[in-house]
Amino acid sequence: MKKKTLFCFGLVILMTLLSACGGVQPAAPSTENAGGDMTPQKGGSIIIAYKDDLATLDPAIGYDWTNWPAIKMVFDGLLDYDSGTTLMPRLAEAMPTVSEDGTVYTFKLRKGVKFTNGRELTADDVVYTITRVLDPNTGSPGAGFFVGIKGAQDFMDGKATTVEGIKALDANTVEFTLSAPDVTFLNKMAINFSFVVPKEEVEKAGENFGHAPVGTGPFVLKEWKSGESLTFERNPNYFYEGLPYLDSITIQVGVAPDVALLRLEKGEIQMMGDPPPGADWARITSDPAWKNRIEKQPQVNTTYIAINTTMPPFDKLEVRQALNHAIDKQRIVQLLNGRATVANQVLPPLMPGYDESYTGYEYDPEKAKSLLAEAGLADGFETSIECISVDPQPKLCESFQQDLAKVGITLTINNLAAPNVIDDAGNGKTPLVWSGGLAWTQDYPDPDDFYAPILGCDSNIPGGWNWSRYCNQEVHAKSIELLAETDRNARLEGYKPLFKSLMDDAVWVPVINGEYDVAHAENLHGQPTLIHPEHLFIYETMWWSQ
Amino acid sequence: MLTLITRRLIQAIPVLLGISIITFLLIYYLPADPARMYAGPSATVATVDRIRHELGLDLPLWEQYLRYMQRVLSGDLGFSYRKQIAVTTLLLNRIPYTLALIFGGIFVELLIGLPVGLASAVGRGQWVDRAGMFIALIGVSAPPFWLGLLLLYWLGYLIPLFPLGGTGSLAHLVLPSLTAGLGGAAWYARMMRSSTLDILSADYVRTARAKGLRNIFVIFRHVLPNAINPIITMAGLDIPWFIGGVVLVERVFDWPGVGRLAVEAIETVDVPLILGTVIFTAGVVVISGILIDLAQGIADPRIRHGNR
Amino acid sequence: MKIDSQRRVSTELTDEKEAAPLVVQTARDQSGYLSMAWRRLRRDPAAMFGATLVIAIVLVAILAPVLSPHDPTEQFRDGLTPDGQPMPSTLLANGDSRFPLGTDANGRDLLSRILYGTRISLIVGVLANMMAVAIGALVGSVAAYFGGWVEIVLMRFTDMMMAFPTLLLAMTLVAILKPSIWIIILVIGAVYWTWIARVIYGQVLSLRERDFVTAARALGAGRVFALIRHILPQLFPTIIVWGTLGIATNVTLEASLSYLGIGVQPPTPSWGGMIQQGQSFYRTAPWLVIFPGLAIMLTVFAFNLFGDGLRDALDPTQR
Repeated sequence: MKKKTLFCFGLVILMTLLSACGGVQPAAPSTENAGGDMTPQKGGSIIIAYKDDLATLDPAIGYDWTNWPAIKMVFDGLLDYDSGTTLMPRLAEAMPTVSEDGTVYTFKLRKGVKFTNGRELTADDVVYTITRVLDPNTGSPGAGFFVGIKGAQDFMDGKATTVEGIKALDANTVEFTLSAPDVTFLNKMAINFSFVVPKEEVEKAGENFGHAPVGTGPFVLKEWKSGESLTFERNPNYFYEGLPYLDSITIQVGVAPDVALLRLEKGEIQMMGDPPPGADWARITSDPAWKNRIEKQPQVNTTYIAINTTMPPFDKLEVRQALNHAIDKQRIVQLLNGRATVANQVLPPLMPGYDESYTGYEYDPEKAKSLLAEAGLADGFETSIECISVDPQPKLCESFQQDLAKVGITLTINNLAAPNVIDDAGNGKTPLVWSGGLAWTQDYPDPDDFYAPILGCDSNIPGGWNWSRYCNQEVHAKSIELLAETDRNARLEGYKPLFKSLMDDAVWVPVINGEYDVAHAENLHGQPTLIHPEHLFIYETMWWSQ
Repeated sequence: MLTLITRRLIQAIPVLLGISIITFLLIYYLPADPARMYAGPSATVATVDRIRHELGLDLPLWEQYLRYMQRVLSGDLGFSYRKQIAVTTLLLNRIPYTLALIFGGIFVELLIGLPVGLASAVGRGQWVDRAGMFIALIGVSAPPFWLGLLLLYWLGYLIPLFPLGGTGSLAHLVLPSLTAGLGGAAWYARMMRSSTLDILSADYVRTARAKGLRNIFVIFRHVLPNAINPIITMAGLDIPWFIGGVVLVERVFDWPGVGRLAVEAIETVDVPLILGTVIFTAGVVVISGILIDLAQGIADPRIRHGNR
Repeated sequence: MKIDSQRRVSTELTDEKEAAPLVVQTARDQSGYLSMAWRRLRRDPAAMFGATLVIAIVLVAILAPVLSPHDPTEQFRDGLTPDGQPMPSTLLANGDSRFPLGTDANGRDLLSRILYGTRISLIVGVLANMMAVAIGALVGSVAAYFGGWVEIVLMRFTDMMMAFPTLLLAMTLVAILKPSIWIIILVIGAVYWTWIARVIYGQVLSLRERDFVTAARALGAGRVFALIRHILPQLFPTIIVWGTLGIATNVTLEASLSYLGIGVQPPTPSWGGMIQQGQSFYRTAPWLVIFPGLAIMLTVFAFNLFGDGLRDALDPTQR
């Protein structure tokens, strides 16, 4: 490691000197492939450091931003995204054929794809994978994405031993039948949960599969030192020609962001998995040496205060609207060092279907007070909010506390660990929840992803992510219609009034849309970018210029 | 001797049992539903109930406890669904780090505390004594996590002598050991001072001096070995105390030991991990207590035979 | 530190980070003893210094509203730099006395928060310690005096509670009960009493066999009466010393819990919590960590100094 450190350090110095002389042009972030003056080179090893431990590499179970990009190193799905948000085939040979009524999808698999244990991929593996995700014994958080498949509910309830709607027509063809047309189904076949796993390896490893994964992906897990690091090496037999570029990637875990930043500056690591800490942000953004070492991408997410519409006094519309007027969102942006933008609606600006013309509720404490008076609560009331205890969320909640105090509402803050917050929020135990750190980020680029799982009637169940406990049958019916609408423009237009009605009902206080910042070594590049709109980090197209 | 061992072991059993029961009850009342956490946020209510049944969470409390103790006694401390790994494996992975930190801490305590205490005792009443005890008091008063942060700042960042947390080399162990040990060093200094003062007034020391031996010689040859004895015993007693105390140090330095694991477990409400780490650390404390008593019994025959 | 082999209680020496005085006087000398102790205390400069500090700290706690330039919970617009960073001391920056020690990550005045934080530390420290001493003295003396089953059960129970790593037990309890200042006091008291119980146990054991107790019993005093009237007063020195030194430990415990995030809840200022909130700024705004820590250290130091002085005054043989 020491030699590598010196080597990398030397490289960084060299590159800095060269770029100071204007000798190196950085690749501009774009959505075009192989743009600019840089062609990816093969070879090199990098280290990336994360704060949180990586829990599992099992694609059916992993559901956070630490393990998703890592899982994508080891596994593949039938479909994937290009460098932007357009779907393209991956393990499938081509995009699937869809039946007239939009309920039957037929995929033909690529031939000759091998798992890293040597066995060739077949259609049975796909059937096994999706069935496994739906199987309650697996405990997959992604099961909900596939309940639209015919027979899925019966299988989950134990009434059937297989899922009727998933069939292997032959060794290379898989057919999915849905209970109702769903244009987002293709997106669901590109999501991590659909990544294909080999049955015999899963059964052999049992509970340990997440720590000893075997897939078809561009990398192979070489070594896992619990609580310390994971090392991945290039899969020499990967079916995609030319990928991956890097020889090996090591993920270090348990490294606090400020330590990681300093290690990056010393050249001991090449990339930070977490955004640089706020305390250092001013320093590095004003430092010209850092110009080519920070990549910023706006995230497709919204961070919001979820209002439990079933808990008084928030069952009154005026109170919810008052809340929307009382929150000082600019202050939150300031507390986040400007690394976010104010949100005024449910959808984030980068999501198709975003309504540019909608203005939302403006910051107006006086208006908030008069609304409260209208609702008969002129003397204010007491309530509470739950926040996760990870920095900077508690300090943002304290800002809310002051905002609400100004309009007469006494807010108690409950700082809890993430699982507690998710649990309480999912079971409607708390009147308000700040989703900071748990922001709803898109699973796929479709507006339905911001309705059904978090504001739709189907998700208004104990443990569901519909923290507002909201169910509006009219809106629900409209969303079902829109899922079947095949004309993309009509669909997107159709979502605008849908989300507007949600805002009129003030089910949330949307506060900010986030930005993801990655600090990295100058020689590390993405093709075209390190951050991908769907996958966050995309390791297979990272490369090191030597 | 054998009776001493057996008696202590028998005495330990109800203690261990009591610990396991109390921990189990505490976990039972934690405000989070383990079945729900295992099933994941989007599982249906029916699924969660099924999982609850499979995990045995719907059994009466005493039955759950018995099942758990059965597994514990066979070495299986449960499966952490948040970390997706067996608790026993996780603990075994982390123990070496905590042990390294404990020994590093004790080393620092003795390294700093003994000389300071000795100097204070020998120079009793003079400025050496006052200064030594004053510094000792400051060391005891400073909160350990604050000391750690200051050390991190001064010796890791301002003057980059040491790495900023994490593991990998002896250099990584320095700052955490200093933090863990400084508070205790102060205490050892005071103890060493008392112990040395006792010895200094003993007859054989006065005899040595009367014989005309030089003071330094007397100190190192006669005083030191005897003054250190009780201190070494105390160092052994420190180990169980350390196990609880390293929690904060491990937190400040991101040290992957058992203490930090326990904190993570409590923060993320990882029920099996909490149970596992608390029972494990308590068990270690009890057992090391027994071992130390035995060691003292072997060393001091009065204890072996004169016990009531 | 003398090892009393006759009264060998194997664990007596173990966890006493602060040794208790072995009481040497008889009951008859009590009043003379106390006034002599008081004189010794007065003549000890270190102890007097400690006492002054303690009084000063208590005054700060009481007078916090008067001494603080601002409301400790108010988040100021101009308390943060335009890109959201805490501000350093305005006194040092441009002589302006608006934020003498700077601001924290939410734009609140650090000095005001530190002054108000004294209240929390003292309230928790004193009340938790009172609870711990009360429980500990009760358990220890009852166990030692009555012997038999009572002794075995109580001391095994004490052993058991001591085996739990203090901080972890406290954390688990707070996680169950949801943090609030009363819960913190309760939890710290419930976790700390074992040390005192041990010490008192050892003491009562040795006192039990003393002549004056045997004499009292021979004259017809009941067991409980003898306990209360003759033995307990002998424990006063120990209780006083622990009552003072214990505050120091409890202040640190409260700070530790707040540092781990499960102490007093916002926006109430607590020194440990302030360190936790400020630690990510330790490189760019170290004052957020340094000043609250100094406050803790000073308070603990004051009680330690005074407590040490008390102990020396009450039992000079320890010197």
